Amino acid sequence: MDSYLLFESQGPLESAQVPLHYELAAGLKKAGNKVTVFLVQNGVTAARRGLRTDAVARVVEAGVEVLADDFSLRECGIPPSRLAAGVKVANLDMAMDQLAEGRKALWL
Amino acid sequence: MATKKLTLVLMDAPFENARTVTGLRLLDAAIRRGHEVTVFAYEGAVALTFAKQAPHANAVHGRDAVQEDHPLPKDWIAALMEAAQLNGGRLDWVNCGLCVDERGVGEAIPGARRGSPADLWKAAEASDNTLVIGTR
Amino acid sequence: MKTLQIVTTAYRCNVEEQDDPVLWIIQAMRGAGANAHVLLEAGAVNYAARGQDASGLSFGGRAQTQPARIEEDIRRLIAKGAEVYAVEDDVAARGLERADLVDGVRGVSRAGLPGLFSAYDRIWRW
Repeated sequence: MDSYLLFESQGPLESAQVPLHYELAAGLKKAGNKVTVFLVQNGVTAARRGLRTDAVARVVEAGVEVLADDFSLRECGIPPSRLAAGVKVANLDMAMDQLAEGRKALWL
Repeated sequence: MATKKLTLVLMDAPFENARTVTGLRLLDAAIRRGHEVTVFAYEGAVALTFAKQAPHANAVHGRDAVQEDHPLPKDWIAALMEAAQLNGGRLDWVNCGLCVDERGVGEAIPGARRGSPADLWKAAEASDNTLVIGTR
Repeated sequence: MKTLQIVTTAYRCNVEEQDDPVLWIIQAMRGAGANAHVLLEAGAVNYAARGQDASGLSFGGRAQTQPARIEEDIRRLIAKGAEVYAVEDDVAARGLERADLVDGVRGVSRAGLPGLFSAYDRIWRW
């Protein structure tokens, strides 16, 4: 079993590829790996409750840890009260710690 | 956590994408933790350490250059290099030499050096982990 | 350290650089001894297509004599022992058929990516 850290910097509606990134995360989890998706930059727009796509909900349901960068959330005006279920506020220090742990790290 | 060796690859030119700032934020986090980091700046990212970046006034907001107080990427990187030394870590900033030449940004801030893809591979092999932040 | 180098973006600056910079650096690192293999994903699956030709551009009469030759790069990587994969779903989505691709490019389904990733120590996504 491997551990993965996937950085998602694009919003889910920004490109047709982004939903495939979430599929990859779920697939890696289903294959028995430990997986974190770290939402950063426009990627945090996926964390707003009410988003018209269930991509994030599906990866949360699959057991993927979904973290959203606190600065990016603030920059986009998304308060903690508006976060989708299962998304946790984090900071880049946490991502750095996972990187330093040796997780296979991909910038999506 | 014990000190780690990390390699970070950046590709974006300054002022073009938020990926640059995220890269610098990750570097800042690594340096605060005392890690040893090698940055391999590839393609447009070699301009991040260009010494001739210059601040300007902001007439739209009615600020002169002093009031605008605008740290440029080279300033942030210089500060990160200094912080790395103070924290007992290391920041080795390597600009891809051929990328530097074709972009004419050979005048880099002190502490940034030229390198090649072989340096990237060597650093990555010696590292506990590597993150590539590619451009799009 | 065995690495999988994922190429996702295609034709971004190939004319200016006379190369794809990611394929170039992968070849340069391999020349320095890197154990680096390639996965073409998304738009970059087109790099596996036969018949790419970027020749013939000139600006103000100044001609480009050494255009990027991506098909040659892919063939050279394969000839020198690199594992070169293309995501089959992305290939099909772009209307490419197996016969359109350079010989030696290996297919992997999107569902098969976790299994592929497990075979490499590090995965660098450019």
